[in-house]
Amino acid sequence: MTHPTDPGRRRFLTRGLLAGGTLMLTGCDRLSRSDAMQPLFAASEGLTQRAHRLLASREALAREYGPEDIAPTFRANGTTMPREVDYLRLAAGDFRDWRLEVDGLVEQPQAFSLADLRAMPARTQITRHDCVEGWSCIGEWTGVVLGELLARVGVRDEAHFVVFHCADRYGGGERYYESLDLREALHPQTLLAYGLNGGDLPIANGAPLRLRAERQLGYKMAKYVMRLELVASFAHLGRGRGGYWEDRGYRWWAGI
Amino acid sequence: MRLLGATRHASRPTVIKRHSVFTRLWHWINVICLAILLMSGLQIFNAHPALYWGQDSSFDAPALSIGAMRTDDGALRGITRIGDLRFDTTGVLGVSGPRADRERRAFPAWATLPGPRWLAMGRQWHFLAGWIFAPLLVAYLIYLVASGQLRRRLLPRCDEWSRLGHVVVEHLRLRFPRGEEARHYNLLQKLAYLLVLFGLAPLVVLTGLTMSPTMDAAWPWLLDVFGGRQSARTLHFLAAAALLAFFVVHLLLVLVSGVGNNLRSMITGRYALPPDHALPKKKETRDDASH
Repeated sequence: MTHPTDPGRRRFLTRGLLAGGTLMLTGCDRLSRSDAMQPLFAASEGLTQRAHRLLASREALAREYGPEDIAPTFRANGTTMPREVDYLRLAAGDFRDWRLEVDGLVEQPQAFSLADLRAMPARTQITRHDCVEGWSCIGEWTGVVLGELLARVGVRDEAHFVVFHCADRYGGGERYYESLDLREALHPQTLLAYGLNGGDLPIANGAPLRLRAERQLGYKMAKYVMRLELVASFAHLGRGRGGYWEDRGYRWWAGI
Repeated sequence: MRLLGATRHASRPTVIKRHSVFTRLWHWINVICLAILLMSGLQIFNAHPALYWGQDSSFDAPALSIGAMRTDDGALRGITRIGDLRFDTTGVLGVSGPRADRERRAFPAWATLPGPRWLAMGRQWHFLAGWIFAPLLVAYLIYLVASGQLRRRLLPRCDEWSRLGHVVVEHLRLRFPRGEEARHYNLLQKLAYLLVLFGLAPLVVLTGLTMSPTMDAAWPWLLDVFGGRQSARTLHFLAAAALLAFFVVHLLLVLVSGVGNNLRSMITGRYALPPDHALPKKKETRDDASH
């Protein structure tokens, strides 16, 4: 009988393990480029979303911090200066002519000026922004609670999602957009923010209005918001996945 | 015990049943999951190759960062900073790839999944493997406790501690228990497995969960336990590094302590007690331990 530590066998096993490992990883790269893994990835996203919905109640709040925790400068990411002519004209006029259109599956489509929004009940919260890249930044946001605004226009029963249409084309490509389902849209900390750290929202951070969805990652939080559209499905928008980054391979559920 | 001990002198070694089918399945699924988790984790790290301590990112003062800079002669150098220390890690960290076609990236392509820079895909692999790894970990820990294996096989007995020094020295000499002594895990094995099963593995899962903003809303205590999301991210990285270190030592010890026998015990469950030819007297080993 061969001794278990026979060098020939050991070499064979080591090489086998190494070859197996290399094969597996080359395989993973190939699988990444094919569609074969998509059903499994989608299932994993579904599990995450269901688990999150089970564990985090409708009302469960994101942590709010103290003024001493606010970062010296709030890091701006993605588009920091839109180049679209229409947007630049609005910015030049201090967004006095800017209007937030709210339409789609609503009882009364309406347009709101910044002054209209500022006149509505405001919420201020010091929260942590978590970027999908891995970093976090704490800032103080002031804005109108999205649920309040939706109550004013009246959401119809068929509506499932709020789509945020933005002014910017990230990297000069397609227009940025994002979507939240109503549960996340009606969360008490979900704001359309017009203020950051006590001042007006800077252009780099999404002026005049950006979304804050505090239980989601940063890519959900659309900047330069121009229009809200209530829809039953987002299949007809962009490439049909519910957002600019979702259309580029990121998952729609951005709670992780 | 005495009867079994008699087989030491027989030519064929005693074969025992070492691992249950659940343990063996779990082990090999973990091999795949942890490889995917580690490599896709490095892909995710590459999206923002810096670590911080606290609730958020103090961008000016990361605890660790991996970056690249161009020298005066135009060459790309990979620079890794740990606190105030600065290391040139060109070729591996910060800047890697073929010499003619150097690429700025924290961890090199051979270490990440997928190889090219692709955060969205890295995340998908990471969460899919996490969904297999974490529930199975919970199931296995429950199984260890409920089946009594934790107490029987992993918790050190009081009388073992006095032999700690001896066991460490023997391991450093790459001399492993033989015969009846090999029937049970030795103290170092017990401590290593306990640390990984009940320390590092739960730590890596919980710090992973802390990075999820929805989980932080669901379980705000996660932020308090780990001192903030960025601390949790740093601990997640360190726990992963510790698991990798465990894997390296584990693999080396498997290789040098009878690779065929060890592999067989994790595939079929059967483990042959290494023949006890040296037969050291109990008394001598106790003397050893006191040195």
